Amino acid sequence: MEFLVFLGRRVLWSLLVLFGLSVVIFTIARVVPGDPARMALGPRASAEQVQALQETLGLNRPLWEQYGLFLSGLAQGDLGRSLLTAQSVNVDIARTFPATFELVLCTIVLAFVLGVPLGVAAARWKDRWPDNLVRALAIVSAVTPTFFLALLLQILAGYVLNILPTTGRLPASLPFQADITGLLLIDSLIRGRGDVFAEAVRHLLLPTIALGAATMGQIARITRASLIDVSRQDYIEAARAFGVPDRLRMFKYMLRPAFVPPLTITGLEFASLIGNAFVVELIFSWPGMASYGVRAITQKDLNAIMGVVMVSGVFFVLVNLLIDVLVGVVDPRIRIRGARA
Amino acid sequence: MRTDAEQHALSNAWQNWFRFSRNPTAVIGAVIVVVCVLLAILAPYITPYPDHVGAVVDFRNRHQPPSAAHWFGTDNVGRDIFTRVIFGLRISLILAVVVLGVAIPIGVILGLLAGYFGGWVETVIMRITDIALAIPPLVMALAVAAVLSPSLVNSMLAIALLWWTWHTRLIYSITRQLRTQEFVEAAETLGASRRHILFREILPNCVSAIAVKTSLDAGFVILIGAALSFLGLGIQPPTPDLGTMVAQGASFLPDYWWQSLLPGSAILILALGFNLLGDGLRDLFDVEDVR
Repeated sequence: MEFLVFLGRRVLWSLLVLFGLSVVIFTIARVVPGDPARMALGPRASAEQVQALQETLGLNRPLWEQYGLFLSGLAQGDLGRSLLTAQSVNVDIARTFPATFELVLCTIVLAFVLGVPLGVAAARWKDRWPDNLVRALAIVSAVTPTFFLALLLQILAGYVLNILPTTGRLPASLPFQADITGLLLIDSLIRGRGDVFAEAVRHLLLPTIALGAATMGQIARITRASLIDVSRQDYIEAARAFGVPDRLRMFKYMLRPAFVPPLTITGLEFASLIGNAFVVELIFSWPGMASYGVRAITQKDLNAIMGVVMVSGVFFVLVNLLIDVLVGVVDPRIRIRGARA
Repeated sequence: MRTDAEQHALSNAWQNWFRFSRNPTAVIGAVIVVVCVLLAILAPYITPYPDHVGAVVDFRNRHQPPSAAHWFGTDNVGRDIFTRVIFGLRISLILAVVVLGVAIPIGVILGLLAGYFGGWVETVIMRITDIALAIPPLVMALAVAAVLSPSLVNSMLAIALLWWTWHTRLIYSITRQLRTQEFVEAAETLGASRRHILFREILPNCVSAIAVKTSLDAGFVILIGAALSFLGLGIQPPTPDLGTMVAQGASFLPDYWWQSLLPGSAILILALGFNLLGDGLRDLFDVEDVR
């Protein structure tokens, strides 16, 4: 019951954040630039053309009415039409989102699966070489520009060693439609295509490393700090005094409470991850939503830009909601406090 | 003769300096930052080809590898990359100073207000902060840069628009802890004005946390600014921006590697300097939870 109250509060709060996000996006796209129709058509379009586009898009109505239309569209999951191609933004995003989702999901999983053990090792051998190595790794990965790492990986693995593909999701010689979930890794397994699966993994490897290195470093760092924090608690001291062996103490009593900060940081890191996906997708010619977004931005296609920003925001909020729930599962103290507060 | 208080402050500063100089990473960070700032300030006097900052073309010297004449080689129109990297440091540092100069005061004041007054002030400010935190900064910056035309000023605006949130959160949590401390209650009892309590009693206790956060932030602002330029939505050519140089050089990889890898390394080193400095200050001031 307490858990349901906790969950309900988190969902309500997420809805409020999304409402705020819609206001911000609407302000940027409709209020700031002056005339979106003129922007989309460019300086050479005639006044009649601009007016016609204004009417079809409802830009000549009062702002609050436009916002109402925008919001009711959003509530029905309708992001409007692209100003340039007159195609539905929904269709475009639905087409490109799975590639981004696959990339981001693999990155998070990899960063977590590698980052947590690294952090545990650093805390276990604090101030010895594993610790120093992990700390150096965390700092260097945090300050390396994502595009720089991506280019380095491309040169090293693609050109110098020539062991991994550097562009796209699949080779052109291997046509495969991911038409069940849109995720190549899953669809290829459902269809029993081992060759497609292997190629998809090979293509994912470099973009995932480029995107995930910083996040992995952060997760390792926080896991380390959190474990060291927990190890100073009285009950751990007591366990030591009772002669509970090191390994048992670490894995049975310390890991679970120490698990909350890395989870939370993963949620926050997600924001920079989505941002950096734009850079990584561009460099690796990844046919995802970010590539679509960059194109929309250079062509000043406002509805498409609003759609991409909104979907990124929703994605971020949903991931953080999921993480809040996970945190509640891992640490009962938080879900009880969260339900009462 | 010095008064006791002066003597005390002096020995404190000396102690801090001693502890700081004992921390190798902090010293390395400080050295990197100071060197980069000096290079950026003195750029017109120390660079070998100061006129290569603009849209100069020298096709006979294009795509030259690093040599004694051109330490970092030349780009696709024959400009000296070392010169452009030094001037690029300037742009990156200006970006960081302006963004943080706008974002930190806003963030700190909002954090102080929310933390001290509580109630509906806290609710409104912190809810707005949470909403702003839900927008990925680079995505937001891209959207703003797209709607306004891409330029240095607009990049700074776009980044500053979201950056205050982290400072608000930090100062809010510190203020909330300080609000119930005896020295604040004493000031309240003595009838001190709210302004005095906020800025004279609470704010000085936030300074070390702000210093650490600012140093760490400077590195990340530079990274975001570089990513914006890399995507072509930040600073526009011919202004020598490091991110733009990496993007332009990338089309000549891997043969003319120096054109993008050396400016890229410059960004890395600059960000590394601020990060190490921030880490060192964190150990020095003993403010564990600032990230």
